[in-house]
Amino acid sequence: MTAVRSILCFFFDVLESSLARFFPAQWNPLLNLGALGFFFYWIIAVSGVYLFIFFDTGVQDAYASVEYMTNDQWYAAGVMRSLHRYASDGLVVVMFLHLLRQFGLDHYRGVRWFSWVTGVVIIGMVYVSGITGYWLVWDRLAQYVAIVSTEWLDRLSLFGEPIARNFLHPGAIEDRFFTLMVFIHIAVPLILLIFLWIHLQRVTRPRINPPRGLAAGVFASMLVLSLVHPAVSQGPANLAQVPESLGLDWFYLPLFPLLERMPTAVTWGGAAILTLLFVAIPWLPPMCRLQPATVDLDNCNGCIRCFNDCPYDAITMVERTDGLPFERQPIVDPSLCTSCGICAGSCPTSMPFRVGSKLSAGIDLPDASMAELRTSLHAAAAHLKGDRRVIIFGCEPCLPQLLVTNETVATVPVRCIGQLPPAFIDYALTKGFADCIVVAGCAENSCYYRFGVQWTNGRLGRTRDPYLRKRVSDDQVRVIWAGRHGRRNLQHLLLKIDADLEEQKNRKARKNDRVVAERSKSHA
Amino acid sequence: MLRAAMQWVGQVIVYVILCAGVGALASWPHYQQIEPNQAQIKLSLAHSGQRSKKCRRLTPQEIAKMPANERRPNTCARQRVAVRIQLLVDGNQLYDAVVEPAGLSRDGPARIYEKFVVSACNHSVTVRLKDTPGLGDFDYETTKQVAFAPYQSLAIDFSTDKGGFVFF
Repeated sequence: MTAVRSILCFFFDVLESSLARFFPAQWNPLLNLGALGFFFYWIIAVSGVYLFIFFDTGVQDAYASVEYMTNDQWYAAGVMRSLHRYASDGLVVVMFLHLLRQFGLDHYRGVRWFSWVTGVVIIGMVYVSGITGYWLVWDRLAQYVAIVSTEWLDRLSLFGEPIARNFLHPGAIEDRFFTLMVFIHIAVPLILLIFLWIHLQRVTRPRINPPRGLAAGVFASMLVLSLVHPAVSQGPANLAQVPESLGLDWFYLPLFPLLERMPTAVTWGGAAILTLLFVAIPWLPPMCRLQPATVDLDNCNGCIRCFNDCPYDAITMVERTDGLPFERQPIVDPSLCTSCGICAGSCPTSMPFRVGSKLSAGIDLPDASMAELRTSLHAAAAHLKGDRRVIIFGCEPCLPQLLVTNETVATVPVRCIGQLPPAFIDYALTKGFADCIVVAGCAENSCYYRFGVQWTNGRLGRTRDPYLRKRVSDDQVRVIWAGRHGRRNLQHLLLKIDADLEEQKNRKARKNDRVVAERSKSHA
Repeated sequence: MLRAAMQWVGQVIVYVILCAGVGALASWPHYQQIEPNQAQIKLSLAHSGQRSKKCRRLTPQEIAKMPANERRPNTCARQRVAVRIQLLVDGNQLYDAVVEPAGLSRDGPARIYEKFVVSACNHSVTVRLKDTPGLGDFDYETTKQVAFAPYQSLAIDFSTDKGGFVFF
């Protein structure tokens, strides 16, 4: 499993960085797969409503009405039909890319099992919606899809009379069957929308709309495709004939030739095993659960920063219970906590300057506390030598990549870069532990724990509380969202920092020389 | 400026790849269910066999024992016999099966749905069905000469109302 994840992860990182050359960071399609799925859903919904106006349910009427839309009204309903078709295919593409990416990034285990399992249900519903859509056209492809899918369902012997008998000969099929199919084709996507809502229940601020530029690009490309290569029917259905040659939609129907030819045990057994496997994947093996965040009420004033920053809605604010003069206190739901530490990074009590009392934050990770982070910082600083010392605060998911240790560079790991309170940067520089601090983490928009990069950018840019103090100059802090495969970028940054520090040192020396020279001149 | 232009060109290329992929796989490569020189026979029916035992008259004592609202002169076994079906093409047996009646009490119809691929030319198609108890001959038999056109789908159903097998 780990090997598969590593390969997928590498593939997506390469693809992501390749796309980053052409798209602004916010527009990168790979970072907006879920949002693109929603976007395709809305294109399908709107075009579907338009098509429904002109669609007739009936053995003869269905095909005739679709032909009218495609040929007589090609400029409106025809384009809508093509958009409906291609957006459905696009939905399958982004859905599977989203699934593979989440798997590759290990975003499916632990508390994230819920999104994974509901996602499996969504895949099934997308396929039911798409396949029933093909029936409605009642062309030769529809005939093939209807017969193969009913024959496959009949193999379970759940229905009294084989439903495939509805398609035995031209006189067997009834108009009412189309009414039923229209009902299923509309009802299932509506239920799907409810499942999409459930799918997002355990994440805060889900991105359900792609950036406008990306949405415009995707829509324009679908529109151009619809005009250049419109979706057309494949001749009227004729149950007295086997369709000669079929243009299958390989996004929705790739398994149909197998369903037709393989034995029941293989097709139904395979479907059952695959479904069970997909549902069980989050526990194969289960993720080693890290200890969830805990609240120390003695150090908490109920400021709600942790509540605002938690990416998984694991924190709720409730009425104060300890009698201290504050309105609220946070409560952590362990079943939702990913132990990212972003809450501790946002807590104003995560203050390393505290010397009179033990460093204990209002909310903290028991196995990666702020006190331990300060100890790690001290240890890292202790072996640095020279006057061009750099400390890298790097997030654990990217740590193997970011681990640089020599006489002038030390790395201090944090669970997520969002766990790093800005006060630690100030502390390291003020105490003279380093001459420059590097904040390094996942690629932008691709934070392993969600929002770590975004919140850190805000904190260092002094737009999100807790702010980095103004006495820390921009020259002293460098930020790099290197990701897991950005070692070269990090090396370049370190070389540049080294050169900058050398230049600063020379500039200072020249200034000192100038001052000494001026003083000597004035004495003379 | 040049960099921005290159970015736009790159985006267009990505969208073109997306469209080409979606447009192509939406209906290509083509798939053929059967070969051009082949045709298909679909044999499907839902038919209840005869009762496994004949109905018999109830004795007056048996009728008297029954609740007043359930009294009837005859009693019949619910269970039906299995239906045997055979399909022969040019004398060659393609299908021969004994299909059990549906239902927990074996009182439902026997149902089959089978497909066979044959060459597209003249064939003598014979279907036989036995729905009575015992080991005797088939109760229904139909033979037809069919000139199969390429890709033709011949459906064979069974209806006692229509006197036996029906070819569509």
